[in-house]
Amino acid sequence: MAVVTQDGTAPVARHSHIARQTAVFAALLALFTVAFVVSLCVGRFSVPAGRALELIWLGIINPARELASIDERIVLLVRAPRVVLAALAGAGLAVAGAALQGVFRNPLVSPDILGISQGAAFGGALAIMLGIWGFPLIAMVFVFGMAALILVGMLSRINGRTETVTVILSGLVISSMFSAVVSLLQFVADPNTSLPAIVYWLMGSFATATWERTLIAAPGLILGAVLLWMLRFRLNILSLDEAEAQSLGANTTRERWLVFGLIAIIVGSQVAVSGIIGWIGIVIPHAARLLVGHDHRALLPASVVLGAGFMVIIDTLARTATAAEIPLGVITALVGAPIFAVLLRNHYRERTGS
Amino acid sequence: MIGLEDAIVRFGARTIIDGLSFSVPVGRTLAILGPNGRGKTTTLKAMLGFQLLDAGQRIAPEIVGYVPQTGTSNQRYRAIDIAVMGRAAHLGLFGQPGPNDFAIAHSALEKAGAVRFADHFFDRLSGGERQLVLLARALATGSEALVLDEPAAALDLHNQERLLTLLNALRAPRDKAIVFTTHDPNHALTAADDALLMMPNGQPPLFGPVAETITPDHLERLYGVPMRVVEIDGPSGETHRAVLPAFAGIRAA
Repeated sequence: MAVVTQDGTAPVARHSHIARQTAVFAALLALFTVAFVVSLCVGRFSVPAGRALELIWLGIINPARELASIDERIVLLVRAPRVVLAALAGAGLAVAGAALQGVFRNPLVSPDILGISQGAAFGGALAIMLGIWGFPLIAMVFVFGMAALILVGMLSRINGRTETVTVILSGLVISSMFSAVVSLLQFVADPNTSLPAIVYWLMGSFATATWERTLIAAPGLILGAVLLWMLRFRLNILSLDEAEAQSLGANTTRERWLVFGLIAIIVGSQVAVSGIIGWIGIVIPHAARLLVGHDHRALLPASVVLGAGFMVIIDTLARTATAAEIPLGVITALVGAPIFAVLLRNHYRERTGS
Repeated sequence: MIGLEDAIVRFGARTIIDGLSFSVPVGRTLAILGPNGRGKTTTLKAMLGFQLLDAGQRIAPEIVGYVPQTGTSNQRYRAIDIAVMGRAAHLGLFGQPGPNDFAIAHSALEKAGAVRFADHFFDRLSGGERQLVLLARALATGSEALVLDEPAAALDLHNQERLLTLLNALRAPRDKAIVFTTHDPNHALTAADDALLMMPNGQPPLFGPVAETITPDHLERLYGVPMRVVEIDGPSGETHRAVLPAFAGIRAA
């Protein structure tokens, strides 16, 4: 009898697991699609949803078309690049956060912890101070983001070994240093010209999005996210204790740095075009874990879709809630911090309860 | 085949392992015995390649099936997903487990007697159940060597009996080199062919077949308490010998 029930229950549990995952992904995709279309429609000049979709379709089948009417120009030249960039940035930050929390075996770390965001911010602020714009600014953001990561790597390598806790502490040291230098730059910046630009950029915004900027950020965001997705099973291994992961054949140190490098590419690309956007990398993976579980094979795609949808919603709120545009960093913190507080309490209540 | 050759491990001025040599060929099971702090864990880590040797050599296949005392449980994975991780070395950096890997993981869970909670979350299982899942993961690696770190330490008597039965079932086909550490010499008698006794005060460790190494005299030197061999009736009526400390059974006054 026992054998019969054992054989009977296992496939049922597996089927219900698959059915649940499918339903969750369908709901997430629906949420993202609705957010995407609504974001194209709303704003000071509102466009009906049908017309917006028609315009997008016309734009796809004939990209070189002359844009004559005002709604065409608003949807295809102002809103579409902005929504696409927001979706890519949100997806990238969320998947980077999920991967980072996996390799650190700690759900409370985020891409900022490695000092990448702060290093990248310093590069951008310095460029603005020096009057550098466009592609050279993006290059500086990248270079300093990577420099921060390399500094963390050198600092945390003691006697040829890199411990997780020394990486976290080194990340704190490096990001504090870069934050201090950014403050110093703000202090000496010209209050009439470069200071407002630095401050606004540091708060994060997609207001300056164009197709050109979207295309600059897209390769890094997509490449980083796709490679992390390809590593999804390896991330499960790397999320185990050091000895366990090594016994299963993982070169933990080298593979962890590969993940850090991919995260630097994602965060650098995002900071370069839209400034520092906090909280996405920590709130979204947590929410995704509640929905689809901890297995990175489901967690990474769920984080991508949820991160993209959430970012689009936040950005739409930022530009439509008030007459003036609210900086994104303000909204992500206002929305993200309370969500995170609730998640954190539930997480630990469940842990101590079980 | 797994083992060490003239291995030396020092932590600062302290020599933990001094010229240790032993080997476990495929088909035999070794029990490493000794009180805490004699380098049992260090020996295990050295065999697995986690502990660098100051001198000597490690003999081991590329992947060793390793069963830790407690697995990572801060990530919520299902037991089958834990077991399939044993396939990682075969899949490489970007590889994904396919139906074949899940089939191997499933049969490993069957062998370990853990298939009934294949779809349960690992962090919700009891200590003994988790250990079975970790054993399944080690079996799924397909390695000819299996190393268990204190497999009986956290188990109650019923689960100890189950574990020893399981170890004997794994030993029976004689297709693996199995090593486990334990506090209890009776575990070595029940489930091992050879024993390695980590002797005190810099005396060389004793290595050899269980019949020659597990003797009251050796064990007295090993644990520092008088030991006795007693004859007891086994579960199915047959009489066999067990080793007990001489203080066992003394009544409170």
